[in-house]
Amino acid sequence: MTQRLSLTLGSVLFNWPVKQWVDFYARIADEAPVDRVCLGEVVCSKRKPFVDDVTLEVVDRLERGGKEVVYSTLALPTGKREIRDIGDMIQAGYQIEANDIATVHLLNGKAHSVGPFINIYNEDTLALHLKLGATRICLPPELPLESIRTMAQGNAAVEVFAFGRPPLALSARCYSARAKGTAKDACQFVCDRDRDGMNVETLDGVPFLAVNGTQTLGFVVTAVVRHVEALRDAGVVSLRLSPQTCDMVRVARIFRDLADGSTTPQEASESLSVLHLPGPLSDGFLRGVPGCSVTEVD
Amino acid sequence: MTTPLELVCPAGTPAGLRTAVDAGAHSVYCGFRDETNARNFPGLNFDRAEMREAAAYAHAHDAKIAIALNTFMRAGATDLWKRGVDDAVAAGADALIMADVGLVDYARKAHPKQRLHLSVQAAAATPEAIAFYRDHFGIARVVLPRVLTVEEVSRLTAHAAPCETEVFVFGGLCVMAEGRCMLSSYATGKSPNMTGVCSPPSHVTYREDRDALVACVGGFTIERFERGEPAGYPTLCKGRFLADGAMSHLFEDPVSLNAVALLPRLAEIGVTAFKIEGRQRGRAYISSVVRAFRKAIDAMAAGKKFDIDELRGLTEGQRDTVGAYKKTWR
Repeated sequence: MTQRLSLTLGSVLFNWPVKQWVDFYARIADEAPVDRVCLGEVVCSKRKPFVDDVTLEVVDRLERGGKEVVYSTLALPTGKREIRDIGDMIQAGYQIEANDIATVHLLNGKAHSVGPFINIYNEDTLALHLKLGATRICLPPELPLESIRTMAQGNAAVEVFAFGRPPLALSARCYSARAKGTAKDACQFVCDRDRDGMNVETLDGVPFLAVNGTQTLGFVVTAVVRHVEALRDAGVVSLRLSPQTCDMVRVARIFRDLADGSTTPQEASESLSVLHLPGPLSDGFLRGVPGCSVTEVD
Repeated sequence: MTTPLELVCPAGTPAGLRTAVDAGAHSVYCGFRDETNARNFPGLNFDRAEMREAAAYAHAHDAKIAIALNTFMRAGATDLWKRGVDDAVAAGADALIMADVGLVDYARKAHPKQRLHLSVQAAAATPEAIAFYRDHFGIARVVLPRVLTVEEVSRLTAHAAPCETEVFVFGGLCVMAEGRCMLSSYATGKSPNMTGVCSPPSHVTYREDRDALVACVGGFTIERFERGEPAGYPTLCKGRFLADGAMSHLFEDPVSLNAVALLPRLAEIGVTAFKIEGRQRGRAYISSVVRAFRKAIDAMAAGKKFDIDELRGLTEGQRDTVGAYKKTWR
């Protein structure tokens, strides 16, 4: 018997207004068939104070909705205060998702999850992280299915980035601010204007990337729809859905149906593509071709 | 007693290595001719015999040699990287430069006495990240990512001891946290982490458009040079893009790093080694840059002032920046 694929909702990567953020999680708590929910500011610590005030309330709501709640940490901490905040969350007893090796060090062997921002590209490095206390590991989005097959067998720990704009890069510099002619220190939180990221086009107007403060993502929307069965056969235990402004409850239902075999990949693709997605569906990385490649229609 | 400052220089080829050593490099870094290192370009790097000869040449001239195996091992093919580690040790490497923690673990176990450096590709940007590599694997030196301010470098250096710090002071500049960037993979399918290349020449095309030369990477048009304008190499993060209704170098202008003015300050805060980027550069460039930096470092060691302008002239007409070292860059 093959294992039931679980669904994880990743942290909201974008700077959504607090009210939208709270409402989003309330609806997830009540309606989305996801098993685990990650929350916490992953991209920019300047945004963190806004959601801190309501985090307890949101965690409580999600737990009452039967979700396992995981606190996802900053992907590129550099400052002392940022590190201290991560330490505080560990002390507070939250389940932690580490997105940087500094957090793994602070966890000191305590059981934890690893998010898609830690470089785990092969079976040796994966085994090392399991030894360090990781019980769930979301692989970097650029890994092809071929690598996932070698890594996921027999450990019941591997999660794959299954839906959402693929995170591509992190920087110390804020590009949302730079695009508005200012710097990170004086940013005025302009990143809140682009709730799926600010679209970036080539010189001839071809959509290419999306900018979310210090983070760069792909313009496309990763959707591993046609590979769900292959991923399960490979030993993957969880699919990660990364929040966009589209109807994420609907997205979760589509992936739940896919994982349960009660819908076909083709039906699922059609259902996804009528949602208000910020870009076309893509499975390029998984196929081992450029990550910008859109899903080929049968 | 303070450790003497070390000038770490690129060696893309055996001839380049000899040039750097002859010009005064205290140490050189290089890699094997395959995807185990992050400068996996045609015509660059060393085969096994060349590496042994290179190590002998460096040692005969009192220079050290560090061998970079700083890509991430491919699942199911980790032997290629492990063999690289074994061969680097056998060739006489003074240090191995690595980014993949799985490979670091292998190197530590297979070669307990070998000196190990953490590559910039591991982007260890906090005292805790450095402590992780130092405490678990005895990393002796960490090459700091180019996302840090001088103040942050200072704090890290103080916390890292006895692990030394090495910083980039000259040459190409990543604007993204190193080893955590998939832009090239997204546009071309070839990535720094997996294949050791970024915006590779095999995926770069040019076309004439009216009076301009247009450059594409992976089919995406990212730069346009008007006639007479110097055409730099099109790297994805230094391209021009349309965002928010305006065309700009959204991520970074086509600039290179020049932190020469910061050398005294970096030395004062305890940085051990200054690194020059550019294994793909020609011998004339390497020779003049290494000579100029060696002169500056010797002057500093003797407590004398050095001529900053001489080093400023080395950027080949390109604009330069101190990058993230200055907080306003962010």
